[in-house]
Amino acid sequence: MIEEKFDAIVIGAGMAGNAAAYTMASRGLNVLQLERGEYAGSKNVQGGILYADMLEKIIPDFREEAPLERHLIEQRFWMMTDRSHTGMHYRSDDFNEERPNRYTIIRSQFDRWFNKQVQAQGAIVISETTVTELVSDAYGKVIGVRTDRSGGTVFADVVVLAEGVNGLLGARAGLRPTPKPDHVALAVKEMHFLPRETLEARFNLHGDEGVVIEAAGTISKGMTGMGFVYTNKESISVGFGCLVSDFAENEETPYGMLENFKSHPSIAPLIEGSEVKEYAAHLIPEGGFKTIPELFGDGWVVVGDAAQLNNAIHREGSNLAMTSGRLAGEAIFQVKSRKDPMTKQNLALYKKLLDDSFVMKDLKKYKDMPALLHTQAHNFFLDYPTLVSKAMENFLRVDGTPKIEKEKASVRAFRQKRSLTGLVGDAWRLARAWR
Amino acid sequence: MSTQVARVEEKLFQNRYLVDQGKPHIVVQPHTTPSKNLLAMTKICPAGCYEQTASGQVEITPDGCLECGTCRVLCEPQGDIVWNYPRGGYGVLFKFG
Repeated sequence: MIEEKFDAIVIGAGMAGNAAAYTMASRGLNVLQLERGEYAGSKNVQGGILYADMLEKIIPDFREEAPLERHLIEQRFWMMTDRSHTGMHYRSDDFNEERPNRYTIIRSQFDRWFNKQVQAQGAIVISETTVTELVSDAYGKVIGVRTDRSGGTVFADVVVLAEGVNGLLGARAGLRPTPKPDHVALAVKEMHFLPRETLEARFNLHGDEGVVIEAAGTISKGMTGMGFVYTNKESISVGFGCLVSDFAENEETPYGMLENFKSHPSIAPLIEGSEVKEYAAHLIPEGGFKTIPELFGDGWVVVGDAAQLNNAIHREGSNLAMTSGRLAGEAIFQVKSRKDPMTKQNLALYKKLLDDSFVMKDLKKYKDMPALLHTQAHNFFLDYPTLVSKAMENFLRVDGTPKIEKEKASVRAFRQKRSLTGLVGDAWRLARAWR
Repeated sequence: MSTQVARVEEKLFQNRYLVDQGKPHIVVQPHTTPSKNLLAMTKICPAGCYEQTASGQVEITPDGCLECGTCRVLCEPQGDIVWNYPRGGYGVLFKFG
């Protein structure tokens, strides 16, 4: 395919791959990036929220050109039963700042732009090329990749695996395990288009302001999962996801769950009359800290979703991907500048930089949450939402019942469903996992 | 709230695909009785690619595949299926993603 040997080959042009390729190319390294899609972004799926800070560290003035949808001024967390939601909203005019903190984005458009910046830094990007395997030398050091193009073997000092959550290469080469069904969630999403004015009126928005709704409760039928509604300029991303292991056990169809969510009385009016233009599905790494594989070895590093770097509690994925890609790029650049070989020992610098960053610190903080949410799914996703909804209704419905009796009924309902020990235990477990 | 009857074909109709004719990227291994996980795929595949035939085996038509990897995670370790990505440029082409 290409005769020359590269300083680095980056596999994939998602957030992690683009961040790594940009970082290395902008520092003068000779980078080849391979992407199996028609163009960068055409295979990539995300909710999608972009956190400005992590991109700013790579491209400080990205706001001037990047295809951004809306900056977020409001977040709604909804605890749902089949007919109600109990919500916590946070809306602040402070988010209408000069350099907003969060944006909604459309990944195929955003990634295409990001990848153009990578190319502008001098990296060679070849799309429509699927990498089929890693090439190693007699000592097991990764020295290149084989692709599905004829004569498609290319060599490099180091390979950056930014191949996503369902990356085959690292797993096939025995560098990391294939994700387990209880360590990944399957999410499905639709893009609902509405006239801009209609959308802004429904969500109480002006200009480029945006709202995010994250919803959990009986809508996941006792499985570990949640739904979301994200506002874009003239479309709404509506999605629903649950752990693959839960889907397999309950045999619910993902699109049936999405339809249920869309028809919920709190959601349906928001998307009414919209035109659906795409349906996508994607896995999300949910295993957290305990499922992070070996991150580096002789001639390779792994970044982003492929390394299970996703903070499910805060719903942060792409910023961990961008940061890990950037740090891998920086580490490789440092090793290269010292004219050192890309050995496991030298590439350990990447892990050190990652350990010192928010990425590993955050994931470590929540290391017990994935298991807790999974084992306690019935309580957290069915019982508590139902109880809270009933208590709210008791509190709000005026029917001549003395308030003291209503209060007692609500407390009794909680204690009947989940004994006092159960309630205290759940609170304790949640607090410990959160700490 | 009853589960809505959703026709996945209508959803897939919105998407762009470039199908690599005659080169399915996912293959179900021959079997007499499908494994529990393979059978589950007839329900949980988000593109409805898996179907049980009248004789009880599970078949796949990967034309509408969204390349999510759910079946790989669930069925590849036991050897129920062989999973590859489509050739470069082929498969689903997300307009929005």
